[in-house]
Amino acid sequence: MNDSSMISTEFKLIADWIPKKSRVLDLGCGDGQLLRYLIDRHEVTGYGMELDPNKTILAMQNGINVIQSDLNNYDLNYYFDQHSFDYVIMTQALQVVGRPDILLEQMLTIGKNCIVTFPNFGHWRNRAQLLLRGQMPETETLPYHWYDTPNIHMCTFQDFEKLCAQKQIEVVARTVVNRQHNSTLAMRLAPNLLGEVALYQIRRK
Amino acid sequence: MNSNTPEPITQSQLLKVTEPLPLISGATLTEYELVYETYGELNAEASNAILICHALSGDHHVAGVDAEGKKGWWYDYIGPGKVVDTNRFFVVCSNNLGGCRGSSGPTTLNPHTGKVYGPDFPIVTCKDWVQSQDRLRAHLGIEQWAALIGGSMGGMQVLQWAIDFPQKLRHAIVIAAAPRLSAQNIAFNEVARRAIMSDPDFHEGRFLEHGTTPKRGLALARMLGHLTYLSDDMMGSKFGRELREGKLQYNFEVEFQVESYLRYQGEKFATKQNFDANTYLLMTKALDYFDPAADYDHNLSLALAQAQAKFLVIAFTSDWRFSPQRSHEIVKALLDNDADVSYAEVTSEHGHDAFLLPNAHYEGVFSHYMQRVYEELTCLEKQA
Repeated sequence: MNDSSMISTEFKLIADWIPKKSRVLDLGCGDGQLLRYLIDRHEVTGYGMELDPNKTILAMQNGINVIQSDLNNYDLNYYFDQHSFDYVIMTQALQVVGRPDILLEQMLTIGKNCIVTFPNFGHWRNRAQLLLRGQMPETETLPYHWYDTPNIHMCTFQDFEKLCAQKQIEVVARTVVNRQHNSTLAMRLAPNLLGEVALYQIRRK
Repeated sequence: MNSNTPEPITQSQLLKVTEPLPLISGATLTEYELVYETYGELNAEASNAILICHALSGDHHVAGVDAEGKKGWWYDYIGPGKVVDTNRFFVVCSNNLGGCRGSSGPTTLNPHTGKVYGPDFPIVTCKDWVQSQDRLRAHLGIEQWAALIGGSMGGMQVLQWAIDFPQKLRHAIVIAAAPRLSAQNIAFNEVARRAIMSDPDFHEGRFLEHGTTPKRGLALARMLGHLTYLSDDMMGSKFGRELREGKLQYNFEVEFQVESYLRYQGEKFATKQNFDANTYLLMTKALDYFDPAADYDHNLSLALAQAQAKFLVIAFTSDWRFSPQRSHEIVKALLDNDADVSYAEVTSEHGHDAFLLPNAHYEGVFSHYMQRVYEELTCLEKQA
């Protein structure tokens, strides 16, 4: 969903939040690069989960433990007990799952902490396209048409934080960045308007 | 998967064990033989050895081409430059006890009577096989297998190895297997056994002494077994309702192509392949008895708690004999133990047989995992 240089910057931001030797689950681990990065630099242990067969091959190549699974058929509680992981990570995938709210609940059960990253639908470019052109936004962060996008559950940062409040989820940390994963003062002042991607660290209250 | 390296003609070897083997059933084999083949070279550290465990009707000829020109049953996956690369690994495969391809079994001589064992060969289990194969390991001078690999019944044997000899293997590759048979699996086995045992030529298992074999029963058993190896989709696409004669005959001869195919498979197995009926009975019993969790309060997670190997588990979507759900049970038990495990669910229409057939996803996952096994080997060498 993103180019690789951007992903590696996101990895660094995520890695900053993860203490050494943590036990980690990466949902939608793709080719396993994030987990590889965390294993190499933070000595973490754990698993990646991925649905796509070709990505599981790449994940295997990257030497991680990868469990191929369709979370629409098996939920996380089937695989893992409560608090099995220090961190459950899901990067750029919240918006593609069937029920993000239910998945978040499961993540917060099996993990003591969770890290999720997703694109901000409330970014001014998206708002402008809808307001001025009357069309669903197509941007570099969201490069799809309305009919072929895998992003079926887009939300704004505000939407996400509202859901957290409803579900007694504590936002431990939030980093709002642009597409290049840089943060500016303006972005920090008006994240929901100017931030393109958010990284949230959350846990149960 | 291709390589131009010429492969030498494979030759089987025989290990004669005179140390008695106490069996799970309570019986003891005072002495026995294991026939096996090896491929590739054992390295100086004896760290590159891989043991392949065969399925119900399989044998020790897993790779290469033998003197009669017959390819090994996993020829496509094992050999120079292949997924299990014999340029890198020393691959071993033995015929299970109770088999009929050269290891002690119903067709070999009972040293106490001088006659063939026939039905007197004791019931053997997966645990017994593992014990006997461990003698082979010691004989070959291997302290620890780099990996054990098996599909179907062979996958179960790999699981048993990981539980019974946790220190003797580094990787366990369990393909198209299950942690135990379901009632339906056992039921299919029982029908197969009844088919054999109710054949008038069975003679209570002493058919060799009567100079005959229960071909009809064995063919029926194979037809039934074969059916469980294929998927509905695959049979549908291969045969559909295609007629053999072009139009319906309204009699009890072969009407549909699928009938013809199954009869052929049964015939081939019972006559040309010369598979022993008593061995078929023994192998299906061993499958029925396989249940490693039973020793651990029927808790598979507890059974696997002592396993130290890293696991790769592979299942195939259209396999209904041992469905992906059954592999999930294994994966779940390993996850409960925080074990190193990877799992692939390969889309294939070929049912249980898929584990023997070419498939890009399967080969991709399998070969990259083998690369990992190999890289670990070079790390071990550096440490040494």
